[in-house]
Amino acid sequence: MWRRALGLFLMIAAPAAAQESPARVVSMNLCTDQMAMLLAAPGQLLSVSSLARDAQSSAMAEQAKAYPINHGLAEEIWLLKPDLVIAGTFTSRASVDMLKRLGVQVLTVPPAYSLADVTDRLRLIGEALGRSATANAVIADFEARLSTLRARTGRRPSAALYYANGYTTGNQTLAGEILLTAGFSNIAGDGGGGRMSLEELAMAQPEALITGQPYPGASRSEEILDHPVVRQIRAAQASRSVTDSDWLCGTPFVLQAIEQLSRLRQDIE
Amino acid sequence: MTKALALLFALVLVLAIGSLSIGPANLPFADSIRALLAGGDGPLTLVMREIRLPRMLLAVMIGGTLGLAGAAMQGYLRNPLAEPGLLGVSGCAALGAVLAIQTGLSAAFSLALPLSALAGAVIAVLILLVLTGPRGETLTLILGGIAISAIAGALTSLVLNLSPNPFAANEIIFWMMGSLADRSMLHVWLAMPFMIVGLALLAGVGRGLDALTLGEDAAAAMGFDLRMLRLRIVLGTACVVGAGTAVAGSIGFIGLVVPHLLRGTVGGRPGPLLWVSALGGAAMLLSADIAVRLIAPGRDLKLGVLTALVGAPFFLHLVWRSRRQRA
Repeated sequence: MWRRALGLFLMIAAPAAAQESPARVVSMNLCTDQMAMLLAAPGQLLSVSSLARDAQSSAMAEQAKAYPINHGLAEEIWLLKPDLVIAGTFTSRASVDMLKRLGVQVLTVPPAYSLADVTDRLRLIGEALGRSATANAVIADFEARLSTLRARTGRRPSAALYYANGYTTGNQTLAGEILLTAGFSNIAGDGGGGRMSLEELAMAQPEALITGQPYPGASRSEEILDHPVVRQIRAAQASRSVTDSDWLCGTPFVLQAIEQLSRLRQDIE
Repeated sequence: MTKALALLFALVLVLAIGSLSIGPANLPFADSIRALLAGGDGPLTLVMREIRLPRMLLAVMIGGTLGLAGAAMQGYLRNPLAEPGLLGVSGCAALGAVLAIQTGLSAAFSLALPLSALAGAVIAVLILLVLTGPRGETLTLILGGIAISAIAGALTSLVLNLSPNPFAANEIIFWMMGSLADRSMLHVWLAMPFMIVGLALLAGVGRGLDALTLGEDAAAAMGFDLRMLRLRIVLGTACVVGAGTAVAGSIGFIGLVVPHLLRGTVGGRPGPLLWVSALGGAAMLLSADIAVRLIAPGRDLKLGVLTALVGAPFFLHLVWRSRRQRA
């Protein structure tokens, strides 16, 4: 009886303790940068990573200019004396480990692998920032817009996501789910995807081809998107290159990618 | 020797057809050959003519010229350890190609890619020849080659690491190991003119190399212009290695293994060895390219992995033998 009462008390007390929001927050990963910028209170976020300002990768490159940038190095982050550091699971592990050893509170956020993960990560970061109310508002808005986009149905044209080095992604990925939500069927099928050879792409003849936009500077890896086979599909079918920044990270900006792809699908019909 | 040529030619033919019939899209053999020859609108024609045909043609062209260049270098330097990949010629060609791509030169003017690779190869061959002199002393040759390879490799990695493009740094492995995946007819046309010039230059060196086995003075007395011979080998090797590397990365060991294996069939004469080595090189690269597709389909295993697995033990064996001969 007493134990239960104590448990109940702790359950009430624990969130209250977490609500003591950190005053100095540093984010060191492109995706957590954007979510922190969306959710943090004015003055709460001290610094974002350098990639956040790169318009090719970041959907909030403009907003990121208002924050000092860091390069994910333990030293520079330590000097900012943060109460909380937000990092991605795969962000410079050595730096994150060192910050933990130095006693800094670090929240590692796994990447979003699905649309459900987007709301989950927003909630997680919102709680850590002590901004659950803002997070809930952003999530409610995201889900409302997502459900209107989802409502449209019809025939599902076949489509392929094709990137540098011949990589493609399947249904069990964020990009794959975005494609499905926009009303396409993915020729890469279920699973995570991987390398799809030009031969397989040519034989599948997808009705739509979706590629990323080329990065600055040349590379041999992106040359494949200029191969005669890809060019032929591009000429014969609908194709579009979608800005990477909208769906590289699982943020509410994925809705823009879904809208863009929905329009492509409507063009096909 | 004619028999060896005929047998090798048949082998290349069989492997070429094999190469055309292997791919991730399991196509029926008869249909795919019909689509290749007769054409048509379907995706089958596209796969055969734009993916498999250029891949097979490049394997024949690059393998053949690497075998030829290896035999020519070994004949001229009178040293069985000479080979474009091992001595840094391919590495310098790769550096030239990477510079052309990263400076944007090749996007502005497509011939800049093979030309720049050719320039890299010329520089490497010239340094090697100046270092070793006409006698091709083994130790100097190998040490010079190691130094040139190291510098070329380091500069290639540096350029790719400094590139603003996020994919560039991962391409270091392609330039060091070579691959024929996802090439198109554009690459065939890009490499072709340089390969033809290189072939023409190297085609005429056979008798000179035969004469050279008697010593420089004897060859000069027989009326061979040794400076001309040297020039032909420098430019010919640079042309074929430069063009091949520009489109497929540096593929090592073919020029080492093939002449060594086939030397017996031509009685050790360097002149006839040129042509059997060309066919042998084509057969070796075709086999390697078939093997990478069979061993790890869909993973783009690099050609250099296989050629080095076959070639490096050969190299050790040759080093061992040359050590015993000197002792």
